[in-house]
Amino acid sequence: MRIAGKKISTGTIAVYLTVIVVTIIMLLPFAWMLSASLKLSRDVFAFPIEWIPSEPRWQNYVDIWTKIPLALFIYNTSKLTIIVTVLQLLTSSFAAYAFAKLHFPYKNTLFLGYIATIAMPWQVYMVPQFLLMREFGLNNTHLALICLQAFTAFGVFLMRQFYMSIPTELCEAARIDGMNEYQIWAKIMLPLSKPALSTLTIFTFVTTWNDFLGPMIYLTRTELKTIQIGLRMFISQYSAEYGLIMAASVVALIPVLIVFLALQRFFVEGVASSGIKG
Amino acid sequence: MLMGPQVLIEVRLPNCSQADIRQRGRMLVTIAHATMSDNPVQAGRKKKLRVVSKRRRRVENALIAYSFIAPNFLGFAVFTLGPILFAFALAFMHWDGSNPITFAGLDNFWRLFEDKAFIDALWNTIVFTVVSVPATLACALGLAILLNQKIFGRDFFRTAMFFPYVASLVAVAVVWNMIFNPEMGPVNMILYTLGIAPENLPGWAADRHWAMVTVILFGIWKSMGYYMVIYLAGLQGINSELYEAAGLDGANAWQKFRHVTLPQLAPTTFFVTVMLTIQSFKVFDQVYMITQGGPGTSTLVLVYHIYNEAFISWDLGYSSMISLVLFFLVLAVTVIQFRRQKED
Repeated sequence: MRIAGKKISTGTIAVYLTVIVVTIIMLLPFAWMLSASLKLSRDVFAFPIEWIPSEPRWQNYVDIWTKIPLALFIYNTSKLTIIVTVLQLLTSSFAAYAFAKLHFPYKNTLFLGYIATIAMPWQVYMVPQFLLMREFGLNNTHLALICLQAFTAFGVFLMRQFYMSIPTELCEAARIDGMNEYQIWAKIMLPLSKPALSTLTIFTFVTTWNDFLGPMIYLTRTELKTIQIGLRMFISQYSAEYGLIMAASVVALIPVLIVFLALQRFFVEGVASSGIKG
Repeated sequence: MLMGPQVLIEVRLPNCSQADIRQRGRMLVTIAHATMSDNPVQAGRKKKLRVVSKRRRRVENALIAYSFIAPNFLGFAVFTLGPILFAFALAFMHWDGSNPITFAGLDNFWRLFEDKAFIDALWNTIVFTVVSVPATLACALGLAILLNQKIFGRDFFRTAMFFPYVASLVAVAVVWNMIFNPEMGPVNMILYTLGIAPENLPGWAADRHWAMVTVILFGIWKSMGYYMVIYLAGLQGINSELYEAAGLDGANAWQKFRHVTLPQLAPTTFFVTVMLTIQSFKVFDQVYMITQGGPGTSTLVLVYHIYNEAFISWDLGYSSMISLVLFFLVLAVTVIQFRRQKED
């Protein structure tokens, strides 16, 4: 077959067709969400689907802010997500440097402690963890969620795998130059580990922003709730207000979309180089 | 200080090969050695270091290393390791969270066999895992192979496939429920226009027989993009000479896939299988959002049962016993996978 003077094989056409169809399936729910967010609730299920509403109802995006304390939920979630992500990046890369480049007693034992818990589902120990937090007086605080999400074995493991691929000669050279270990970490390892840091940022940001079970267990007071719990509350309170629910969902998606698009070019590289592919 | 650090920062990992970096690292060491004697501060420091006993230096080095690990490890030990050990102990106790703890022996264990909801939950979790792991894996691998080719708009397609994975679960689950709404949702509307009689239309989340299908479809849609990215990384690690050699031997596309791609991807497939299995065993959020475990117990899964027993019934000992079952399931599957990979 010839298109625009170029010979194109049927194989290529099949590849494009498959990719386009799958992409449409992947994105259709989002298109539907966006479209429904601009409709009156009674028009949401009209069939055939009117993808672009003839009279877009922007009022939905105004109303959601007053029906539930959406701004407060977003503030709470942003606060939690940023603190958790920063703590995670700092403490993980810090610990990973020691595991990858320094020698000390019980190194392997300690690292094994981390590895052993990676495969351990959080759900296995969420109950005792909750009891412990309650003992510390931390239930119904954001600090509880920060504590349980900021120090993961996964973060240490991911950063350590990446640091292992950085030649030790670099650290040795820097040591001879008179740098101490903290300077080596800050001035050599950190700048070199951008792909791994980006990967960890995406993972941590997305996990914390979208976390549901954690906030559901720990936060019962409305003023502390995160966007996911708030959205869920909204859905059960106004179950028939489809247009509003969709508008609130779109708002909840936007921050993740921004972070993801900003960092996604690092992602494949990060996954590949940090060795989490196994 | 020497020029060292500035030079070092310029070394960009992804742009040069490992050997290249090693070479540059060695060069820097040489430069550093050569210039060191000109630097009185360095020379003085070196002399002082020699005086310090070997043992003291080892202690100092260990302390520095521990200072790196401490911030993370303290948090990890208190909030993860501690609760894990506590979970194992709690499985053999009776506790409602407020009255004193009493020792239960194997009471909680025997209760598992009489608990109809637990058996349903275990069965549902296994069904969910057995169906969704191979399905997600196949979709992810297929997509990765398609998107590893040089096609127009490749980055856009990759991003689009990955997006459901990062999207908020609450938001996409509510859309999913609307789209699959049995009476008004577009999916059933389309099936109806295609000529399926109204009484034969699937009831999706509201129907005992379709509820699990709905949850599984949602899971595949949500997570396959992530595993596709991992497969892409694996595919990029395959040496292209292998394909050239296979081509010279007259292999067709399928033979290349069967005899080059699949074996080369074995470590990636191992990783993806283990990850997917663990994810499937601990599924909760999507079930909670889409079916609330129902109708009846048709989509009740293990973590849902743990959640109910702990935070609804406050039967903390028993819920920890179910956690223990979950733990041993995950452990068993991981060990079996490891064995199989070693045999290969």
